[in-house]
Amino acid sequence: MIRCNDVYKSFSGKTVLSGIGFDIGDGEIFGLLGPSGAGKTTLIKILTGQLEFDSGEVSVFDKDVSALSGEDRKNIGIMMDQFGVYERLSCIDNLKIFADIYGVSHDRIKSTLEQVGLKEAGNKPASTLSKGMRARLCLARVFMHAPKLIFLDEPTSGLDPQTMRQIHKIILEKKKEGCTIFLTTHNMEEAHKLCDRVALLNEGVIVENEAPDKICRKYNHQKTIKLHLSSGEDLIIPHESKSAEWIGRLLAAGSIETIHSSEPTLETVFLELTGRKLEEDEACITF
Amino acid sequence: MHNILIIIKKQIRDTLKNKMVLIQFILFPVMTLVMENAINIDGMPELFFTKLFSVMYMGMAPLTSTASIISEEKEKNTLRVLTMANVKPWEYLSGVGIYVWVICMIGAGVMATGMKNEDMPFYLFIMAVGFGISILAGACIGIFARNQMTATSIVMPVMLVFAFSPMLAMFNESIEKVARFAYTQQLKTLMDDMAFDGIRTDSILILAVNAAMMAVLFFIAFRKKGLE
Repeated sequence: MIRCNDVYKSFSGKTVLSGIGFDIGDGEIFGLLGPSGAGKTTLIKILTGQLEFDSGEVSVFDKDVSALSGEDRKNIGIMMDQFGVYERLSCIDNLKIFADIYGVSHDRIKSTLEQVGLKEAGNKPASTLSKGMRARLCLARVFMHAPKLIFLDEPTSGLDPQTMRQIHKIILEKKKEGCTIFLTTHNMEEAHKLCDRVALLNEGVIVENEAPDKICRKYNHQKTIKLHLSSGEDLIIPHESKSAEWIGRLLAAGSIETIHSSEPTLETVFLELTGRKLEEDEACITF
Repeated sequence: MHNILIIIKKQIRDTLKNKMVLIQFILFPVMTLVMENAINIDGMPELFFTKLFSVMYMGMAPLTSTASIISEEKEKNTLRVLTMANVKPWEYLSGVGIYVWVICMIGAGVMATGMKNEDMPFYLFIMAVGFGISILAGACIGIFARNQMTATSIVMPVMLVFAFSPMLAMFNESIEKVARFAYTQQLKTLMDDMAFDGIRTDSILILAVNAAMMAVLFFIAFRKKGLE
């Protein structure tokens, strides 16, 4: 669906993207993780043809991105972090504009609003919507014309956990329907939950590109198991076969309250690879 | 054409809920009707208020509304959503321009209700030309300005020059000498004569230079800034 090969981009002599390369298959959710300023939005703009790049190759729908036709573009849905809505118009009127542009029947507006949980707010002016409702209206605008490829730039940034979960549910439903989704985020839990594959982007370079679980296993250097006993004691034991018998005995005796293996999170992998945190200097929202 | 019509439809829906723009469109037509019917002073030229307010209307409403619409869309990032939905910049600008022009022409039609039928085509022609040049000027400002606040601060002095200079020129000869180079002053002079055969070559020349200047500024602003 998307092929990106050795892409470079610089602004005023400063390299923003350096040798970016990846392939995204049909029906895949691909996550691009990186802190603010890593180049995520720049890459989305390049992939959607909003921005020219210095060198490399980018193809979408097996076509050079600069050669995408109007019909191709109708199969792409984009939700950028800073995209706005028509404040004075109602949710329905906001969607009507885009239904007309995409040639979609107005009948679909109601069902799209229902899908994103905004059925009751259909006649409300967009200016009266909360931040979460506004994000869902933007999602409705993206989904309404049933695009095959969806770009979501930080779709849950700054939203409350409940709205986040609703949006995650919608994204996973779209995947089930066969959409390919390109998602940028600096929230590693979101990436782990939603993405089939993630690329870790730091200062314009992809430092890792794999399935989230695979990345975590790959960087599991400690290979330990952490036990919290009912006595309140914490034990860290090696993750090896000879520990099994001992854990078995503790389990049989009912002495174990919690048991965790020591795989790192995407956050710690990112820290290990780059020396930076994913959510550096940003409001951290966790589930 | 399809996308231009969608933009026009969107603007109609939006204007009905946008008091700021709505007032600009209806203020002068309503004032003209009221003043022409309420005030009648001996020796006052025929259709004095209609002509005075018409020039103000053409120098004010299309200029401010076009700049306001474009700069608001840029500020709120809705313009980017439209371009990402494959609405071409020329389709958007044409949609806004046609919409503003048509609404203003309806306003001009209302203002012309007190006129003789034979004067109406000339009056509407003059207004149509004035609206066209003002829309170009408004589009320049809308494209150039990063947000509505910047647009307003640029629009104000431009609007004051074009909308009020013809009125001030009536009372001051020095101002008249300068104001004659503005399209609004030339259109006011033509409106006073109210006849196609009274159009002088120097008027046409000044109007053409004004229109060409606005068009050049528009293309420079568009090439430099696009609709970003």
